[in-house]
Amino acid sequence: MFPRWFDKWNRENPKEIYGPAIALGVVGGAVFAATMLVAFGQPYATDSLQTGPRGTGMSVPEFETDLARPDPDIDEWLASTSDPVVPQGGEALAGEARENVPPGLEGLTVENYDRLLAAMREWVGIPDLFEDPTNYQSTVGYLMIGMTQTLNEEWAGHVNANKEVGVTCYTCHRGQAVPSNVWFKISPVNENAAGWSANQNRVTMQSQYTSLPSDALEKYLLDGESINVHDLESRVAGTPGDENYASIQATERTYSLMNYVSNSLGVNCLFCHNSRAFYSASGQITPQWATEMLGIDMVLELNNTYLAPLDGVLPEHRLGPVYADAPKAACKTCHKGYQQPLQGTNVIKDWPELATVSGEPDYGN
Amino acid sequence: MPEYQNIFTQVQVQGTPEMGMDGTGGRLMAERAGTPGFSKLLGWFGNAQLGPINLGMLGVVSLASGIVWFVIVGLNMLSQVGWSIPEFLRQLFWLALEPPGPEYGLTIPPLNDGGWYIISSFFLLVAVMAWWARSYQLAASHKMGKHVFWAFGSAIWLFLVLGLFRPVLMGSWSEAVPYGIFPHLDWTTAFSIRYGNLYYNPFHCLSIVFLYVSVLLFAMHGGTILAVTRYGGDRELEQIVDRGTASERAALFWRWTMGFNATMEGIHRWAWWFAVLTPITGGIGILLTGTVVDNWFIWAQEHNFAPMYDGSYGYEAYGSYEAFIGREE
Repeated sequence: MFPRWFDKWNRENPKEIYGPAIALGVVGGAVFAATMLVAFGQPYATDSLQTGPRGTGMSVPEFETDLARPDPDIDEWLASTSDPVVPQGGEALAGEARENVPPGLEGLTVENYDRLLAAMREWVGIPDLFEDPTNYQSTVGYLMIGMTQTLNEEWAGHVNANKEVGVTCYTCHRGQAVPSNVWFKISPVNENAAGWSANQNRVTMQSQYTSLPSDALEKYLLDGESINVHDLESRVAGTPGDENYASIQATERTYSLMNYVSNSLGVNCLFCHNSRAFYSASGQITPQWATEMLGIDMVLELNNTYLAPLDGVLPEHRLGPVYADAPKAACKTCHKGYQQPLQGTNVIKDWPELATVSGEPDYGN
Repeated sequence: MPEYQNIFTQVQVQGTPEMGMDGTGGRLMAERAGTPGFSKLLGWFGNAQLGPINLGMLGVVSLASGIVWFVIVGLNMLSQVGWSIPEFLRQLFWLALEPPGPEYGLTIPPLNDGGWYIISSFFLLVAVMAWWARSYQLAASHKMGKHVFWAFGSAIWLFLVLGLFRPVLMGSWSEAVPYGIFPHLDWTTAFSIRYGNLYYNPFHCLSIVFLYVSVLLFAMHGGTILAVTRYGGDRELEQIVDRGTASERAALFWRWTMGFNATMEGIHRWAWWFAVLTPITGGIGILLTGTVVDNWFIWAQEHNFAPMYDGSYGYEAYGSYEAFIGREE
């Protein structure tokens, strides 16, 4: 391939080239990478929200690229909302002028009822919602309107914890008849096992794909079991199996629930806790911890009062795969991975009809 | 430069297999099993000669019960996924054989609710203890000290604390560690959370110190010996009894570096003690947890070594959510 004189010269002048080549490659590569970093900046830059005293390391980190991109659902929401028509008195009422008006909405003016009905149909993706009162969707819809009003009025401590934001159908439904991130009972998940061995150590959505228990949502957000596992003195009496002695297994279940909450809100432990002492009695918790406790009580009421009883109303294909139970809600059903649903967009200001259970919306007049 | 053309050891030696000595009156030769062979692959990592092995009665007992434990755990996992091999492989790292629930205390629970766990644990105990006894027996037949036996014993101490001593003191098998890849890690986290943060357990602190220093000593010693191998420093035993230039240079290197140096013999005692103390102190810490102390963080507060930090809790004191997500009104 090469001229003979070159091969001869090459043979007579052996030179170790691999060492220098590798050294040059490594050093050159490092210089190149450093130059790129200086020129273009950290490609995965993060920002963090400090959540506790300096020295505790408490903060919630996020990628700046994620922070720069608002929840895409906000635009969809803004396109679906409209200003209320402030009644001047003397308007025709929905209860008289329209058919199949859901209970509680009869007192709305026709303009506001039509506006609300059109919006609800868009929010839940059911174009003929409430047209046929015998359809199961009407029955469920009646209940859901009441649930939404209850959430806004009676659970304002959670829903409006930071400022007025409220909830509407859209908060959960996002244009779909069945909201995303609902859950069903699935435990026991293991075959040929009983008790503790049966409800953990499987990859499930409920366990957040960990080997932690898969029944955390069921126990804490439906059955209302206590989430406390810590002793509040350095030494306490008790033996595993005693009624008040929290087992390792119960601790794993709370950890499973905490993983769920964390993923639902897109936060870490430090959003609510100083991780060196997780229990609230340590005093090392944030105000968000209290908001979350209200949220847990709220979800318990949602599931037990409104959602679980739907198993007799919903058709079979809407029920759970294992127990034919109704779909249930939890943090992620509303939050969808954001600290505040729709990143804290005020969705209730245009919809006073959904803000109160009284049937007398406050239009500010 | 033929010395470093392999991964860990020097040039491979393959020839007539080394059969060792049997002039000690023991039964080493009689109990030796297997025809020795050579493996180039093994030679890259260690001695190229494979076998013979002196398994002995204890070794057979140990392997047999170990296999029984392994198979019980595996069949339980397989059973939990309905005997589906694909599911078993897919979920392998998630699956576990769990100890019984707390309602059974120290009684024998039903087979499918921790019973298999107790049975398999018995076989694991026999396997580990037989292997431990074997490490004594083989050391004795070589007329060696029993250092390896005691070092293994320190690990067995931690193993027994986790699976036997502490559950018995707590009055419940439910406190034992599950047999599973991820589940035993879940147990570790939950154990720390349940008992108020194990980082505030002083014996846990000691164990971490011994662990980290063990690693440091290992790197320092390994590095030192490799560095003086060219002067015969890898012949450590000769250097211990007849100090040569390798030892001198190694000692001077450390004395000039940090003012102090271990000796050619003493460095091995340093390493042995730090390694052995890691599970010993760790085991003490585990044994005290739930038996003597139920909340280590509060215990640390009572003993004045959990510092308090001044400042507010909650992001409102430091910024706003709206500013963080760039959606200020």
